[in-house]
Formats: sequence, C-alpha cells, structure tokens
Amino acid sequence: MRLMNHFPGRPGAVALAMLPFVLVLAAYAIGSDIRLTANPADKLLPAPGTIWDTAIRLFTEPDRRSQEILLWNDTFASLARLLGGVAISALIAMIIGMAIGILPYARSGLSGFVAVLSMVPPLALLPILFIVFGLGEVSKVVLIVIGITPFMTRDLSQRVLDIPREQFVKAQTLGASTWVVALNVVLPQLLPRLISNVRLSLGSAWLFLIAAEAVASNVGLGYRIFLVRRYLAMDVILTYVIWITLLAFVVDWLLKTISRKAFPWLEAGL
Amino acid sequence: MSFVEVSNVWQAYGDRSILERVNVAIEEGEFISIVGASGCGKSTFLRMLLAEETPTKGTIRIDGGEPAVEPNPERGVVFQRYSVFPHLTVRENLVAGEGFATFWGRLFGVQRRAAVERADEMLERIGLNHVADQFPASLSGGMQQRLAIGQALTAKPRVLLLDEPFGALDPGTRLRMHEFLQELRAETNMTVFMVTHDLEEGFKLGDRCLVFDKPRWDPHDPGRYGATITYDFDARNNGIPFQTTKETENVVHAATA
Repeated sequence: MRLMNHFPGRPGAVALAMLPFVLVLAAYAIGSDIRLTANPADKLLPAPGTIWDTAIRLFTEPDRRSQEILLWNDTFASLARLLGGVAISALIAMIIGMAIGILPYARSGLSGFVAVLSMVPPLALLPILFIVFGLGEVSKVVLIVIGITPFMTRDLSQRVLDIPREQFVKAQTLGASTWVVALNVVLPQLLPRLISNVRLSLGSAWLFLIAAEAVASNVGLGYRIFLVRRYLAMDVILTYVIWITLLAFVVDWLLKTISRKAFPWLEAGL
Repeated sequence: MSFVEVSNVWQAYGDRSILERVNVAIEEGEFISIVGASGCGKSTFLRMLLAEETPTKGTIRIDGGEPAVEPNPERGVVFQRYSVFPHLTVRENLVAGEGFATFWGRLFGVQRRAAVERADEMLERIGLNHVADQFPASLSGGMQQRLAIGQALTAKPRVLLLDEPFGALDPGTRLRMHEFLQELRAETNMTVFMVTHDLEEGFKLGDRCLVFDKPRWDPHDPGRYGATITYDFDARNNGIPFQTTKETENVVHAATA
C-alpha cells in the first residue's frame, strides 16, 4: 500500500500529536543539563525546574516596589492593545471589504489602493507612528491596525466576490435594495469569514504588538521580555514566551468555538 | 399587446455578437421552453429577460412597462444552483421572499407572523414542511430547487425565469420535479420561461419551445454573427409538436438572412 494511504489509529494519532512536543522538551532538558553540569552558573539554558519556579513566582508574587504582580499587568495591557487593534481592524476591513465586494464604484476606486497599501511594511512605519502619535497606547494600536487591516480587507472583499452572483440576483428579484443585500445576504455570510480571517491575522498582530512594546513602552509582555533581556534572565523570557503562546492558543480556540456555535449553517452540509 | 414583448433585441460583448434580431411575443400564462446548443445565447437571453443584462439594441417589455435596467420583483428566478440563501433556514428563506423588499430586509411583529404563516402554507405546498428549520445545505438537490421555486413565488413575480433548473438533478428527481412544476402551474397559471438543454424536457413542460441557433456563420470569425430564434414550436400537443409550428411569425430563416 502507498504511504499516502496509511492512516494512524486514534491512539496513534494522539501519540503522534504529542511526539514533537515531547521531543522538543527532551532536547531542551538534555541541552540545559549538559550546560549546567559544565557550568552551574550558566544562564542561557535554565533547567526546566528553574523555569517552573520562576513562573510560579512571576504569576503569584507581587513586585517589591509597586506591590503589583507585573505579569498580570503586562498581560492585561498587552491584551487590551491587541484586542483593541484587532477589533478596530476587523471593523474597518469589514466595511471597506463589503463596499469593495458589493459596489463596483468602490471596487474601481479602492481595490488597487488597498493592494498597494498592503505592500507597505508596517514595521518601517513604526518610527513615524511614534513621532505622530507619541509613545503612548495609540501608536501601538495603530501599528496593529496598519499592519493587519489591508490584508484583512483584501481577503474579505475577495470573500464577498466569492459569494455566487446568483444570490445577488435572486435577492434583487425579491425586491432587496443594495443596503438589504449588504445587511441580509453579504454580512451574515461574511461573519464566519471574518472570524477565520481574524484568527489568521492574530499571528501578525502579536508580532506588531511585541515589536511596538519592545521599542517604547513601560508595561506589556513584549516590553518585559526586552527589559529582562539585559539581565540575561532566560527563565523569565521563556516563561513569558510560553505564556504568550498559551494566550494566543486560547484566543484562537475561543474564536474557533464561537464560529462553530454561531454559524450552524456552515456545517449543515457536512 | 402581448404580455412579454421582445422587439429586435441584439446583444454583443465587445466584438463578439451573442444574439441578433430576437423578436418574440409571449401571452400571459404561457410556458416557454428555450432550447439550443451550448453557447447559443439562451442563457444570455434569460439574463436579459431578468434585466441582469441590458441588450445593446432593442427592448424587452413586460405588460407594456418600461424596459427594466436591473432585476426587480416583477421577475422571479431559479438558477441551476445557488438560488437559495445558505445562511437562512428553509422557512426563513421563504420569509425573506417577502421581507427583503422592506427597508431592513426583515419583517417584525404582526407582519412577520403573517409572513411565517404564509411561508408554512408554501412549505406545505412544496412538500418541505418537515425540514422547515433545517439549512439548505442539508437538503437534497431536488428539495433545494423546490425551495428556490417556492421562494421565487413568495415575491409574487409576473414572470418566472428558470435557468436549467433541473440540470443538476438525477433523472428520477427530475421527473418528480416536472410533476411538481406542472401541478404548480396548473394552480397559478403563471408565465414561465425555462432554459434547458434537454429537448424532451422542453417539449414536455412547455407550451411553446423556442430554439436558439446561429442562422449565419462566419468560419473565419465565429464571434461575428449572433444567434437568434430559429424555430418556434407549439409544444402543447405533447410529443407531436412539429405539426403546428409558428415559424411564419418569429423566425429568421437562414435563406433570407
């Protein structure tokens, strides 16, 4: 039998899914052990136990000076920026994407502009944003918005164009105005696309957030990582990296679940 | 004056002629089958009846009205696929047939309840009351087409346009859909245009059968001349349609062209 026709069983599939994680962890543990035996003061690859202890400390013990738990402060600050930026982008992308998809005039006027705009490297604009919007929250949110909106808009307008022409004609024969078509035909079918679109964009959004926080901030997950880098505090950095990964995973999972619950018609055919 | 009046309609995309000199008059309540080879412009003709396209020359009038420039509720349509809204349940699809004409595209309160009641009557009539709350994707092809026809009728169109409505169905389902359509027509006596590539279906269902073809053909430039109605059969006599052609009225003969 061909290799492409071999399928793993249920337990086999679970074990295979775990395998890469186990391998990476094991490789890290071995590497860390080798370095620590050679030099117990090595800071580059702290032992998994050390990372665990650091994580407990970071999550539970308040900072000595401010009496606040910094990790939670960082988390809330970063999530607020991230979700704010993504929400604004989604709204803008939705409105412009629908306009481009539905209205030929908007398509002629905007689609080329959006395509060019999506080629601008957002990180190159970061200095401009800091100059224009200052070093506060606005510039970080704007970086996320500038970074992901053009891509989201292009994708969503394409999704509108993917809706069969028949549906637009049918809606018109039922007396629907342009507005009713947008509201009752396009919007409901675009929302699940928007969610999968947001899921795809979150990766870039995290990238822009951490970059902006690394350059200028006083709180935030990215800021903290780049701050403790000066002390070579690998245990703190790794804790934050794992924490960010976990947050990203949970947000993604939540969006996936919402999409499945909210749009039962998507799966009706399966 | 006839109910649907097609006078001297031409259609071309750029240099490519699709249709030329199409003249036909349809009485109210007639069932018109439109047949022809692929690419002979029968679907283009339907799109023009639908006012999705406007002819480059000539006019199409319904009941003496102004030629339409965009699809409107006078014309109901059922396509081969994608005619129903996938995000609405079967019942909501029928309610949308009434609701889409309002400002918000949906009905509220008393109006909505009345519309739901009428939708349920329609569901009974098209035999879909047992799947009222399901989404179209979970329905079979035949059921989806019945829903699409029901939805088109809910908006009370003056003419019903069918674009190969049964083309994607298996033969058994297709026969049942024929019966369904014939019953529905006996009840409502509406004017119907049906494009089909199945001659037998065209003669079985139609009162008249229009055949589209190119009377002129330039071997060096296939897009030069358009197609037109080359035969106009009386299809009512079920199986012996050729005895009573209406060729004298609406046909451009190859010889005279």
